[in-house]
Amino acid sequence: MSKTILTVDDSRTMREMLLLALSDAGFSVVQAEDGVHGLEVLETETPDVIVTDINMPRMDGFGFIEGVRRHEKHRAVPILVLTTESDGDKKDRARRAGATGWIVKPFNPVKLVDAIRRVAV
Amino acid sequence: MDPMASIKQTFFQECEEQLVELESGLLKIEDGECDAETVNAVFRAVHSIKGGAGAFGFDQLVEFVHVFETTLDLLRSNKLTATPSLTKTLLRASDVLSDLVRAAREDTVADAHAARTIAAELSALHGDAAAGAHEEEESLESLEFQPVAISLDSIFDLSGDDEPPATQDFIIRFRPGPGLYAKANETVRLLRELAQLGEAIVECDTHDIPLLSELDPEGAYLSWTIRLRTSEPEARVREIFEFVEWDCELDISVADVGKLLEALQEALEPGDAPVCIAAAASPPRIEAEAPVVPAPAAAADDERGHPSPAKPEAQRGDGAAAAQTTIRVDLDRVDRLINLVGELVINQAMLSQRVSEAGLSRASSVAIGLDELEQLTRDIQDSVMAIRAQPVKPVFQRMSRTVREVAAMTGKSVRLVMDGEGTEVDKTVIERLTDPLTHMIRNAVDHGIERPEDRVAAGKPEEGSLRLSATHRSGRIVIEVADDGAGINRARVRQIAIDKGLIPAEANLTDEEIDNLIFLPGFSTASTVSNISGRGVGMDVVKRAIQALGGRMSISSVPGRGSTFSMSLPLTLAVLDGMVVTVGGQTLVVPLTAIIETLQPKKESVHELGNGARVIASRAAFTPLIDVGMVLMYRDEPIDPTSQVALLVESESGAKCALLVDAIQGQRQVVIKSLETNYGHVHGIAAATILGDGRVALILDVDAIVARPRADMIAADAMSMAAE
Repeated sequence: MSKTILTVDDSRTMREMLLLALSDAGFSVVQAEDGVHGLEVLETETPDVIVTDINMPRMDGFGFIEGVRRHEKHRAVPILVLTTESDGDKKDRARRAGATGWIVKPFNPVKLVDAIRRVAV
Repeated sequence: MDPMASIKQTFFQECEEQLVELESGLLKIEDGECDAETVNAVFRAVHSIKGGAGAFGFDQLVEFVHVFETTLDLLRSNKLTATPSLTKTLLRASDVLSDLVRAAREDTVADAHAARTIAAELSALHGDAAAGAHEEEESLESLEFQPVAISLDSIFDLSGDDEPPATQDFIIRFRPGPGLYAKANETVRLLRELAQLGEAIVECDTHDIPLLSELDPEGAYLSWTIRLRTSEPEARVREIFEFVEWDCELDISVADVGKLLEALQEALEPGDAPVCIAAAASPPRIEAEAPVVPAPAAAADDERGHPSPAKPEAQRGDGAAAAQTTIRVDLDRVDRLINLVGELVINQAMLSQRVSEAGLSRASSVAIGLDELEQLTRDIQDSVMAIRAQPVKPVFQRMSRTVREVAAMTGKSVRLVMDGEGTEVDKTVIERLTDPLTHMIRNAVDHGIERPEDRVAAGKPEEGSLRLSATHRSGRIVIEVADDGAGINRARVRQIAIDKGLIPAEANLTDEEIDNLIFLPGFSTASTVSNISGRGVGMDVVKRAIQALGGRMSISSVPGRGSTFSMSLPLTLAVLDGMVVTVGGQTLVVPLTAIIETLQPKKESVHELGNGARVIASRAAFTPLIDVGMVLMYRDEPIDPTSQVALLVESESGAKCALLVDAIQGQRQVVIKSLETNYGHVHGIAAATILGDGRVALILDVDAIVARPRADMIAADAMSMAAE
């Protein structure tokens, strides 16, 4: 059975890109538009990996990651954050919030899939 | 469609939305609402554009957005303060950004100079904000941020062009801390990954595992020593630990033996590159000595981790699982639906007519059923129309830029206040509203609002105010542009109209009529044709554009207090409330919005003016009479007007005209069918429709029929003066 990836990003463009890259690589994809939505989706979906953006309305990536790590059922899901540039500060905050790893935007599909396999296989 | 092209389309759509967000956020900041959420929203908009732009390799865009984003980031972290001048710069930057986005979309080159100027201004601000002024003038070219264009094709391109491999032995000591597991990292995955780099010998140290009673299930008790023989550089090995290096003790060293070997090889075969060490290519092998203690939260998934190349039969459908509050539908589909509903309406009307012709009683079950069907049909029609309805906000937002630009060009200070941006109207109406509205806004700033010094002299605030509002009123949308300027200078307007021969010098006009003169073709009050309002078009073009949308324009002005232009537009262009009339045996439809009242001409109220022109007296005014049958050439000779019905309509110039028709059949909502796409343009006819009995009826183009020389009206005025 193919692995399911939850992508959390407020940018439709980014969501579509992730969807294309991930589904091309054989993953199933579920999407959410921000942290709040992401946590809602987790009530019904059980992703194998979560890929999340940082800067989002309503609830940002940090809050979302903390939320997942506190979640009874999903606390052990690997979470990759999407960061623009190699922003050390953001990576650090994401890591402290409980992120498993990160992907630097603009992401390269090979690296994206690579990073997912690194944390999920 | 090529998936990347489709995503690109999404990107541009999203850019448009983000630009709207950006601008409305900046305007809020300008109004002093510089709270964290607003600044963050503005930052996010720019940030989001940058993300997509980078992915598609729009370099010019990315360079600019990067500088812009940096400024907003400084604003966000309170290293910059939102002074009025900074806000103005940011607004201009948003204008440039919107130009760059357009350039990227249309694949043209944007005004690089403007972008550079603003970028330099922004960069200068960064220098001030960042206390260490080491990066003085960060020029556009020297930005360290390098966008990387990607292509999904590269997913298949895994061929590396490596330098000739030389193997080394690494000794890796690795002791995970509990944090590593808490973040869902896994030792076993790291080991597998290492094993893929070459030949790995793994030893696990289990000495620290406590007694079961003391074991914390979330603790970390194991440590590993890995001897890895690989041709990969140390950086590649370290990269594997990239995600976990904070949560573990890690020591990577090169075993001396490896170094020795390498030196030996070099000595033996100088310069001979492709030395092949068999181990490098051999299948990886893990030798874990201890059974792995179940690491907390381990998803014990033993599926072997060879990255398989992409599976083309990807199930994209799964992506739609998440709950969505909106769906995106191709406009064609909506239009097809609207068309079908139009047919349904026509069919339903035909059915009703047949049933009533068949003489069935109103109380019969068939008639009752039909009534319900009619109600349902109407509901469906309304719902379908609502699909195409969109808020006017994007168009309104665009106007704020126009105001800024014109204000800057004319040296005026103007503040745009918007109201009712959420009011919805048909998409087509919105699209065709931009040009006339832009022109009206330009006019209001250029002609309506006075120069700051004049305003102060008149006891008004230095900053002019322009109010743009939208409301729904009796099934139409009313859009108003109101300024608090000097109002229309009637004496001057009148004089110009006389000078240009638009009205006779002795014409006696009401204030309202004078105000309406500015809608006459060829009227322009600007003493020089400025490049702002001028552009060769006048308010007549604006009015025609609005009328083409089935709208009407009106103006009200108070000297010294300002002017208000208001236009009322139909909510949809697909249906029309019409008066069905008979002319020369033909059935025609007259748009109800054009009709003011209907009259029964009496012999004594109709006056001949010679040259065939006639007027009708109504309410102490004389109105030109136009026989529709003559205009459409259904007949050659006028017939007795007293046997006809006159429809009092409002003409393009704001004056009234009476259209003579033979009889009125009734009022009805009709579905508009384009005549031009199905047949061709006919003067005096706007479109066609299909009536309940299946006959085609033409819809009158009232303005085209009424568009007669102004002289007629003036003549009527002269008559009305004579009558008084």
